[in-house]
Amino acid sequence: MSGAARIPAKPRRAWTPGQIVLTLLGAAVSVVFLSPLAWALFTSLKPETEAVEVPPRWLPEEWTGQAWSAIIENGNITDWFVNSLVVSVCVTTVVLVVAALAGYGFARTEFRGKGVLMGVVMAGLMVSPAVLGVPLFTTVQQMGMVDTYWGMILPQCAPAAMVYILYKFFQGVPRELEEAAFIDGAGRWRVFLTVVVPLARPSLAAVGIFTFIASWNNFLWPYMVTSNPDLMTMPNGIATVMNSYGIQWAQLMAGGLLAGLPLIVVFVFFQRQIVAGVAHTGLAGQ
Amino acid sequence: MTTTSAGTVIAPARARTTAASATVRRKQGLQHGGWFVAPFLVLFALFVVWPLLRGLWLSFTDANISGEGASFVGLGNYREALRDDLMWEALGHSAYFTLLAVPCITVLAFLLAMLAHHIERGKWLWRLCFFAPFLLPSTVAANLWQWLFNPGTGMINHVFGTDTPWLTDKTYAMLAVVVTTLWWTVGFSFLLYLAALQGIPGHLYEAATLDGANAWHRMAHITLPMLRNITGLVVALQILASLQVFDQAVVMQDFGPGPEGSTRTFVQYTLEEGFTGYRVGYASAVSIIFFLIIAAVALARMWLLRNREEGGR
Repeated sequence: MSGAARIPAKPRRAWTPGQIVLTLLGAAVSVVFLSPLAWALFTSLKPETEAVEVPPRWLPEEWTGQAWSAIIENGNITDWFVNSLVVSVCVTTVVLVVAALAGYGFARTEFRGKGVLMGVVMAGLMVSPAVLGVPLFTTVQQMGMVDTYWGMILPQCAPAAMVYILYKFFQGVPRELEEAAFIDGAGRWRVFLTVVVPLARPSLAAVGIFTFIASWNNFLWPYMVTSNPDLMTMPNGIATVMNSYGIQWAQLMAGGLLAGLPLIVVFVFFQRQIVAGVAHTGLAGQ
Repeated sequence: MTTTSAGTVIAPARARTTAASATVRRKQGLQHGGWFVAPFLVLFALFVVWPLLRGLWLSFTDANISGEGASFVGLGNYREALRDDLMWEALGHSAYFTLLAVPCITVLAFLLAMLAHHIERGKWLWRLCFFAPFLLPSTVAANLWQWLFNPGTGMINHVFGTDTPWLTDKTYAMLAVVVTTLWWTVGFSFLLYLAALQGIPGHLYEAATLDGANAWHRMAHITLPMLRNITGLVVALQILASLQVFDQAVVMQDFGPGPEGSTRTFVQYTLEEGFTGYRVGYASAVSIIFFLIIAAVALARMWLLRNREEGGR
């Protein structure tokens, strides 16, 4: 903790010239950075005819919620939203459970073949649906899971990277804490659940949030595994179906913002935990 | 363990129980260790190891999408792939993208993190601003920029007063994808840098300031060296992710290969061969080649890291 370095007699610093310059710079960069999002928002509030005007204008001449009500009423967007939610929540839950168990198992228990298995998992870091999409698809096809929730969810549930992050974290947990519990007569599972998991909460939060983001935004795998518009997730539905019946930009932007909104809300509430979690997992200090 | 030997000296009775519990513990570790990793390993075997082996097998056959009636063709697919100009072109596009995107993302992420770290007020706001684009699905980011780059109705040409055919000219099409990716993904590396900056002990700076170091010295002798590991990690993650670029490129070109095929990436090529061309065997061979390239990059990184650790100090 850097708390020791902080000088208590400084509740809030005054505006020094340096801080003013930095803040102005930060504001300028942020404006540039967020302008595409503002552009999307303003476009979504234009009528379709105004959206394709040349030259383009930042603000709508006529403000209207047309595009928003149109996508909500006559698109599949609510289905896609629910599908995204189901897929992401399931993936995140399964990943948290299996990755925490495996990370702990590799870090703190012994069993035959551990070294070899660990090596295989590390090699798995290099395999993703992008690298082996076609064989993964034929495998899932063979299992009869094309165009099903299972087919969308399960292949996303074996991320070696998350196991590695938690493995690194569990290695750093002091052994004495566990030993004390063992001496008190607790078993492996008790120790894992009552001592180790609570300690790992920030790491688990980071892993969970990043898994959720990745899964919510995953495009490639759902794109491969389903072509049924009723089963598509948000990113897929918006990209493949919206484009197919002539691009209506105002609607596309409204849909896009709707797809991004849940995560932005999540981030606003959890950002402190996310940054702390990144620091805590040792990702940043590796 | 010291507990056992110390125990023997002090009280033999207690030593026996400690030794016993140590055996129990080891046994528990042995028994349950397998159960801890088993759920993950099942999923991993089904969806990573098996497809990899299956892909390897398919790559020696002429399988089509239905997987029936495939016959063994030996190294035929590989021989064809190595002579396949389109494959090399696609690989070139992915490499070109990687070479452009990785340095830009790393430098920008560092600068943004420095900015967000040093502004004292409204930290959460800066974090949110720079991270927000990463929270959008790739397809949404791609659609958004596809439109910003649109020659007539798009804002980019309007704001800069230019007349560039961003999406329809092969010299600019991939650049447009790079800019989109930069905006969309820099937030993740930014966050890693920010966490690393927060992890640098404040007393280092205070000691340096007392010794008369100015801001530039502190940067060159504390901040940059302390960030060396994280930079290595950011670059490695970005290289691996960039080589696998697909979403943005394909969405910005309406699921086509771009002007004169200039944004057809390696992933796109394997999918085209497998799903559009129905040549699963050939697509698997191309995938295996791609896997080997990614593995080579990852191993090169590990090798470099090990050498640096042995070389330094």
